[in-house]
Amino acid sequence: MTVRPEPSPLARTTTTFVGIAILCLIFADVAISTVDPWQEFNRMLLGLVTPDFYATDSVALAIAYTLAFALLGVALANVMGLFLALLFFSRIVRTGCAVVRAVHELFWALIFLQMFGLSPLTGVLAIAIPYSGIIAKVYAEILEEANPAPLKTIPAGTSRASAFIFVRMPDVWAHFRSYSMYRLECGIRSSAVLGFIGLPTLGFHLETAFKEGQYSEVSALLILFYLVIATMRIWMKRPLMPVYLIGAAAILPWGVAFSFSNIGRFLTEDIVPHPLRSGAGMEAFWDWLHMMVVDQAVPGTIATVQLTMIALVATGFLTIVFFPLISPLLLGKASRFCGHMFLVVARSTPEYILAFVLLQLWGPSMLPAIVALTLHNGAIIGHLVGRYTETVTLRQDATTGFNRYFYEVLPRVYRPMLALLFYRWEVIMRETAILGILGIATLGFYVDSAFADLRFDRAMLLIGITALLNIGVDAISRSVRTRLRLKTSLEQQ
Amino acid sequence: MPLLELREETVGYNGITVLRELELNIEQGERIALVGESGAGKSTLLNLIHTRLGKTAALVPQELGLVQALSVFHNVYMGRLHQRSVWRNLRNLLKPAKADVDLVMPVLERLRLEDKIFTSVGELSGGQQQRTAVGRALFHPGYILIADEPVSAVDEHQAREILDAITAEKPTVILAMHDRELAIKFADRLIGIRDGKIALDEAASGMTPNDLDDLYRNSDR
Repeated sequence: MTVRPEPSPLARTTTTFVGIAILCLIFADVAISTVDPWQEFNRMLLGLVTPDFYATDSVALAIAYTLAFALLGVALANVMGLFLALLFFSRIVRTGCAVVRAVHELFWALIFLQMFGLSPLTGVLAIAIPYSGIIAKVYAEILEEANPAPLKTIPAGTSRASAFIFVRMPDVWAHFRSYSMYRLECGIRSSAVLGFIGLPTLGFHLETAFKEGQYSEVSALLILFYLVIATMRIWMKRPLMPVYLIGAAAILPWGVAFSFSNIGRFLTEDIVPHPLRSGAGMEAFWDWLHMMVVDQAVPGTIATVQLTMIALVATGFLTIVFFPLISPLLLGKASRFCGHMFLVVARSTPEYILAFVLLQLWGPSMLPAIVALTLHNGAIIGHLVGRYTETVTLRQDATTGFNRYFYEVLPRVYRPMLALLFYRWEVIMRETAILGILGIATLGFYVDSAFADLRFDRAMLLIGITALLNIGVDAISRSVRTRLRLKTSLEQQ
Repeated sequence: MPLLELREETVGYNGITVLRELELNIEQGERIALVGESGAGKSTLLNLIHTRLGKTAALVPQELGLVQALSVFHNVYMGRLHQRSVWRNLRNLLKPAKADVDLVMPVLERLRLEDKIFTSVGELSGGQQQRTAVGRALFHPGYILIADEPVSAVDEHQAREILDAITAEKPTVILAMHDRELAIKFADRLIGIRDGKIALDEAASGMTPNDLDDLYRNSDR
């Protein structure tokens, strides 16, 4: 009798993706170009253990601004997101949300910077707009998955609004609350990173201190950043919410003026392709488009996809290394505590900041971006998978050590892990594009150069292409998940 | 000298006492069936026996403890994981070695699972899954087999086949069973549990299912 083992669809998909990533890696530039990376690294380490909390003027203000942008942005996004979630049956709303969340908050910030200058509106909207799209989608999913039974029991003729308030809301409220807390954490990270493009948040001071080699100052800023995020669940109490929001609105420097004629010009002239604006005719426009596609869009897209694929697969590998660190099936209490600490730091550090640091160390190549994306995302998914293993019970006589890891634990978590990984594919791609701003030749690099040259027509075209790419990856990821029957309800944070 | 001597005032978990005044000797080569109402404490007693015997006994827990994502081969092979090097185990995880497939195959043939060897357990029926768990215990090198309701999800004919396979492979067997008739046929010693105490401990030969009625009568009568 001949029964041969057939590779499962999961194994086949894994092999395909690993193959693609290896192919991408072969053509990737991952050289370390700095002369003596270790010397600089030693200086960084020295700075890290000797934090100087008094080096930055107005640190308190920088933290206050960081929180203010995050609070106002996320609050606004919650209101808009909930409203849009209720309209999610409409195709236009769904598409609109997909488009706004396909554009990274840093790109939104670069756009609003042209319109509102350094007015607080830039920071608040840069967070609020893409987050509305994300929140709308997640809230719509929560509403969809809520238990339908209670709706059938209410008396016929009850208005839709009453039914919603009495039957739906109580059911989903807890989910909304915990998700908006997670979003606030993301918002604080985003807000800090917005400093890198000029807003007065923590990132601004971080970049300055880094560029000047003031590593003790960097260390202090990072420690404060971790403290703010780690203590969030202590200070973020619902009754205090109005106080925080009013406080946030009060401290932001709304006095910074912006001119409406500026906004009008940006929207009606600056972003119109140059040949059309100057009346050079359609032929000139096609030449312009051809040049943009061949010189910028195509190389940028190739680099973005290449980096994304490497980072995606590397994240998968790192996840299966990371999740045991916090899994009660595999490690004792003391080791798990250390594992938790490590994963918290790795996932709280925005990949943008990680990539920035590594870029200072290793010089420009894809390596800093790969390592940054992999560490950050591996820590996030590793944390979720590790938490998932808490719900798994093994049989009494299950083996121990490596045998347990490979035979009992890994096969059980592999499917949920892949689901989370594919869910995160789109996020990784969005980040990859953004890392171009740091000088890696992904789409963000070309967008940033276009903004620097004040060629907003080019910038908008490239941002549009980036958005399309993200929507495309999201669609592929969804079809892979459907085909493999991988289920993640929500982002499960 | 008996294989195992149990002398316990109370046995329980999470601070709840399930068994009291436990006195039990188990000899090498015995075929024991534990009978009694559900909740009487059969599983607790089996767990205690397994803990005391340590690694020498193969176990079929009531919830089977199979890894759904892995194939029948892998799940059965897991009965001997502790005897093999990690590298060999890892190799078998990625691609089953022929030598080990040849070892596992006879076990599966006994249980009529040979055509499912490379099917993932998640795709099997309840009865097939139960047979896979029995297969893992049969593949385990221990001489003692402890099983909690190992034939609850298969029909009577298959149940007999499985029990025959078990008794042929393992000299000492301790099972919890709710089917009284099958228990009397299979076992040479019956231990009845009622209200957390051993209410009956006799040789099975010559017994009829009606002799066990007392075990199942309402306690608050």
